[in-house]
Amino acid sequence: MSATTLPPFSSPEPSISPGRRIWLRFRQNRSGYASLIIFLILFVISLGAELVSNDKPLVASYHGKILFPIAHDYSEKTFGGDFESPADYLDPFIQDQFRKDGNWAVYPPNHYRFDTLNYFAKQPNPAPPSAENWLGTDDRGRDVFARLLYGFRISILFGLALTATGVVLGLLAGAVQGYFAGRTDLFMQRILEIWGSMPELYLLIIFSSIFEPSIGLLLVLLSLFGWMGLSDYVRADFLRNRNLEYVQAARALGLSNLQIIWRHVLPNSLTPVVTFLPFRMSASILALTSLDFLGLGVPPSTPSLGELLAQGKNNLDAWWIALSTFLVLTITLLLLTNIGDALRNALDVRRKA
Amino acid sequence: MSLLDIRNLSVRFGDATVVDDISFSIEPGEKFALVGESGSGKTVSALSVLRLNQDARYDGQILFNGADILQKSEAAMRGVRGMDAAMIFQEPMTALNPLFTIGNQIAEVLMLHEGLNARAAAQRTVALLEKTGIPEPARRALAYPHQLSGGQRQRAMIAMALACHPKLLIADEPTTALDVTIQVQILELLNQLQRDENMAVLLISHDLNLVRHFADRVGVMEKGKLVETAATAALFAAPQQAYTRKLLASHPQRNVEEIAPDAPVLLTGANVRCTFSIKQGWLRKKKFAAVDDVSLTLRKGETLGIVGESGSGKSTLGMALLRLSTATVEGDIRFDSQQVSTMSSAAVRPLRARMQVVFQDPFASLSPRRTVAQIVGEGLALHQPQLGAAQQRADVVAALHEVGLSEDMLQRYPHEFSGGQRQRIAIARAVVLKPDLLLLDEPTSALDVTVQQQVLQLLAQLQRKHGLAYLFISHDLAVIRAMAHQVLVMKDGRVVESGAVADVLQQPSHAYTQRLLAAATYAADNVTRQ
Repeated sequence: MSATTLPPFSSPEPSISPGRRIWLRFRQNRSGYASLIIFLILFVISLGAELVSNDKPLVASYHGKILFPIAHDYSEKTFGGDFESPADYLDPFIQDQFRKDGNWAVYPPNHYRFDTLNYFAKQPNPAPPSAENWLGTDDRGRDVFARLLYGFRISILFGLALTATGVVLGLLAGAVQGYFAGRTDLFMQRILEIWGSMPELYLLIIFSSIFEPSIGLLLVLLSLFGWMGLSDYVRADFLRNRNLEYVQAARALGLSNLQIIWRHVLPNSLTPVVTFLPFRMSASILALTSLDFLGLGVPPSTPSLGELLAQGKNNLDAWWIALSTFLVLTITLLLLTNIGDALRNALDVRRKA
Repeated sequence: MSLLDIRNLSVRFGDATVVDDISFSIEPGEKFALVGESGSGKTVSALSVLRLNQDARYDGQILFNGADILQKSEAAMRGVRGMDAAMIFQEPMTALNPLFTIGNQIAEVLMLHEGLNARAAAQRTVALLEKTGIPEPARRALAYPHQLSGGQRQRAMIAMALACHPKLLIADEPTTALDVTIQVQILELLNQLQRDENMAVLLISHDLNLVRHFADRVGVMEKGKLVETAATAALFAAPQQAYTRKLLASHPQRNVEEIAPDAPVLLTGANVRCTFSIKQGWLRKKKFAAVDDVSLTLRKGETLGIVGESGSGKSTLGMALLRLSTATVEGDIRFDSQQVSTMSSAAVRPLRARMQVVFQDPFASLSPRRTVAQIVGEGLALHQPQLGAAQQRADVVAALHEVGLSEDMLQRYPHEFSGGQRQRIAIARAVVLKPDLLLLDEPTSALDVTVQQQVLQLLAQLQRKHGLAYLFISHDLAVIRAMAHQVLVMKDGRVVESGAVADVLQQPSHAYTQRLLAAATYAADNVTRQ
């Protein structure tokens, strides 16, 4: 086939697949790589929060029967109590039962769920850190560690969901405006301006008094406004890239608009998305936290970092509440920023792996 | 004493030695030229004289007026720059600040270095602009860079450089971004100013013919080394080094076969007209015809050269013929006797495989985030999905071999390749579909002369092998002369002359063609001589 007189160029280094190169570049950024590992460990632990911090034993053996209190509700009567009500495993009586004649129970490392009220606590609320409550309790006697763990999980999941919806909506709006430009762009820009001038916070306050506050409602409301900043950047990048020759070349190949956007313009317009990703994630978490802090966020029983911060503010003498929440929040945001930094480097194909 | 004496200069950026142990000197009032291909270190050498390279480490000596530039403090350097040694750049559009009028920018230099007040500086500015031959200098001084033409911008840059009567003018590819007729004017202006002011000029260029007409002495650079320095006449008459000989020999050579007179017609355009509408005020629109009343015929295996200066509408015409233009296209365009001009864009899509494009800038025409395999294979996946992944891959590899690239480059990204290699990738993307027609839009203008030569040969080879028809757009008459069978000369959207290449370029009948040819001959007369 090679009838050409020109010698083939040989490449200076062996080929590595593009995906592998991205990973190699990511690992090059050591603080980002370390942050990713720490973050993943924390996230996986928090996903299994029920197994780490729960007021029910994981497995128990009572009179030769193996029971799974974590999955089933057993009444007090099962364990020799007097009532039909669900057993309270923090009750000294029940705990005693498990110590008798061959009975046993395996508890999670931390004996409290986020909403566990310990009626048998020895200290007044809020209680300082102790062997019983590792990070103390809040002013209602709930374990701070448990609330932080569950609150961290909700924050991260909420952040991921809000970032994802924001990125998808922002990309969509930005891509349509930037690629088709002209009238489409003009029209959508005006709509965006009108949409953007709605008072977000007031809407949140109004809606939270009309509807029953819930995580889902918050997600929908924040998503409605969270995509606009990004769409402007994506639009600008699309406007620039749509005129470049490789897009012309793709058109000359006969690709449809959708294919050109998806394969050519989009990958080259992701810089603002990737750059803002960690900040968007942090901002999402902070948005949830501050709304909770103001009492406009999730329903009261939900574990949330913002609610803990509010408690910390109300109980300044209980330093462990504010300090531990503050640390969790700061470390989370720091890890996310580091990961985002490494991700940005990794996705820049022009960098050497 | 020499005005500039560079002794054993080396410039390093990190681990890379970009300039390697070069020595040369320039006398007062002398015109010295550094020639070389891109990446040869000629610009870095010149910027070293003003110490304008960022993050560079220097070794050696640069004696300017007897004092070592490399020993001076940054504050002392600011006195040298613009005052004793001034610089003009390749692209005047980006070298001028778009937010200030050119008068402002020239006056700034005067106020900074000569301590003139605003009024005196303004007067001197107008005088300087007049000297560079800009019409209506007083009015142009109030213009912003975007309001001027390319040639006028370069004149303004020159006025700025001359503001403080420098002893040395460094001109970094001052005419590369300009049309041939303008190139000649700028070069003549530089020549005349050099004589009037008796300043030394350090010209940096990749264009040997331009250097030949301008410089007293020439230095040839290759990969950071100065391989040869000689008086211009001596260098061109008897080059001593192999590399110099190779450079001198690198001009397009005719390498195409004549086609049979009965070859079938592939593409015809009759009275093609492309209009853009320009907004005027709120609601009114004005129509602007970028291409007007152009008719052409292209046969199978034939190359039709389209020549013209920038803004002549040659690219717009090419795009319109392939239904890729954003302009409103009128007229009758037939590809393989199917009328493309009235087809729906969905109906044109299957035809796309048969008509392909190669663009000018291989850095912009390949998507930076796709691998070579994806770039070349995309068309196959779209037009011949029935082949299956394995066969498609084999075809991609075959196309890469055909353009002189190897299989192990499949997983690489465009930025890992040189300009010439990228252009080969772009050609592979086009030929992998086995098209009948290739639109080549200035395919070699962004490449070095030696690489340009290789790419032209490759194109001629592909044409012979596959019977491709080329629409070859170029501003470079030498390239058209080497590649085309027929030629269209365009000016302001209209065809001024057309016919067989030999006729049009030997005995041009239209005044514009004659002027174009004269300018090109000035810039490239060793091509015509052979």
